[in-house]
This record gives sequence, C-alpha cells and structure tokens, in this order.
Amino acid sequence: MATLDQWPFARRGQIEGAFDAMAEPNRPLSPHILIYKQEITMVMSIVHRITGVGLYTGTAFLVWWLAAAAISDGAFAVAQGFFGHWFGKLILIGYTWALFHHLLGGLRHFVWDLGKGYGPERYTMAWATIGGSVVLTGIVWLFLI
Amino acid sequence: MSFRTPLSRVTGLGSAKSGTEHFWNQRMTALANVPLMLFSVWLVITLVGADRAQMVATFANPFITGFAILTILSAAIHMRLGLQVVIEDYVHTESTKWLLLMLNSFFAFGVAIIATVSLLKLSFGG
Repeated sequence: MATLDQWPFARRGQIEGAFDAMAEPNRPLSPHILIYKQEITMVMSIVHRITGVGLYTGTAFLVWWLAAAAISDGAFAVAQGFFGHWFGKLILIGYTWALFHHLLGGLRHFVWDLGKGYGPERYTMAWATIGGSVVLTGIVWLFLI
Repeated sequence: MSFRTPLSRVTGLGSAKSGTEHFWNQRMTALANVPLMLFSVWLVITLVGADRAQMVATFANPFITGFAILTILSAAIHMRLGLQVVIEDYVHTESTKWLLLMLNSFFAFGVAIIATVSLLKLSFGG
C-alpha cells in the first residue's frame, strides 16, 4: 500500500525549490529526473549531448586548420604550432575521445531506432560505448600519432 | 467526413507544416558520418605536423578532397540539427531562442563554406 510520501506523491520540499510555486502539498507529480536512482544510461544520455556540443564547437579548430593551410605558409605554421603544443594536443585528444564516444553512442541510437536494445542489454551497450571510446582514443594517440 | 483540402491530403502534413525531415536528416547524416569520420580521423593522422606543400600534395587527390568535403557537409547538417534541438530544449525565451537558432545556422553554414573553399583551394594547388 503506497503512502502519500512515496512516488508519485511527493511532499512539498522533497525536491528542493523545484516546486515552490505549488500550493498543494501531496500533489501527484509526473516522474521527475531527481526521483530516479542514477543509472549509467542516464549519464550516457547527457554525455552524448555534451560531446555533441563539444564536437560542434571544435569544428572552429578544424576550420582554422584548413583555412590557414589554404591562406599561407605563415598562417599554417601558426596553426600546426598550436596543435603541436601540449595544450593543442590536449584539445585534440579530448576531441578524439568526444568523436568516438558520440560515434559509438550514435550506433546505440541506431539499435534503438530499429526497436531493439531496450532490455538489460542497454547497460552493456552503455559500458561498451565508454570502453570503446577510451580504447579507440588510446589506439589513435598511442599507436598512430 | 473530412474537411481537409486535396492539397493537404496529398502533402500529408498537419498544421506544423513539416513532418519527419528533422529526424530523418539527423539519422541519415549520422549514418553517413560513421565511415566519413573514420576516414577523416585517418586523414588528419597522416597530416600531423605536415607543412603546406604536403597539404597541397594530399588534397591534389580528388577522392581525398571529395570525401573531405562530403564529411564537412554531412557533419555541418548533422551538427546544425543537433544544436537546434539543444537550443529548443533549454532556451525558453522566444527572442533569445530565435537569435540562437539563427546564430546556429550561421555557424554551421560558415563552417561548411570556409572548410569547403579552403579544401578546393588546396586541391587546385594552394
């Protein structure tokens, strides 16, 4: 028997500040992100979005690199110097990881688009994305560059 | 009985005036991006520490330049659609939202055009 302080009933103030405007205590709430136990798939969801925004922003570096190459020797030397510096490399390593993470995360989305992968295998796919992105980034930076 | 006009029935669109293009284009460019990005990672690795002459020599190959431009275009469409959703999800002030959506388009098209023109210039001898 559910009592009134269990989901979907939440006491006012249980989710701090979020429902200050509500006049009624014990009003049923729709499922809210703060109610659920944190799961790896939830983290993966927001990381997919964050890496997407990161990749978006990072295209500015790609454009700089290509435009500098098209403009002059001096401009390209500055760009290559930046990406050869440890700080530039740090950005590139981060970009490589974000790319592989977003790519593997995208493959998970294809599985879901096909109507599959909603069972417990979703956790396996989440961890495989994390592991795969780290391994692929490692391969690129430890063995290829 | 239906009150829909013949045109409305043919286009199959409701009052939103659009259908699944956003979803479909996002998935289509996502699929294209998989091989294109793997190619691009390989390409960039071969050009680490390159000088300009090496860049010109590499992009003199029309296949490399062609796939590089495909990558840029597919990525630009994909990232524009993606950030559009992010903006629509988090920005609820109408004026700010429309301004950011415009800037999003400017950035995506700007990236696509500058990169493409740069690649073509390199391809035709720098």
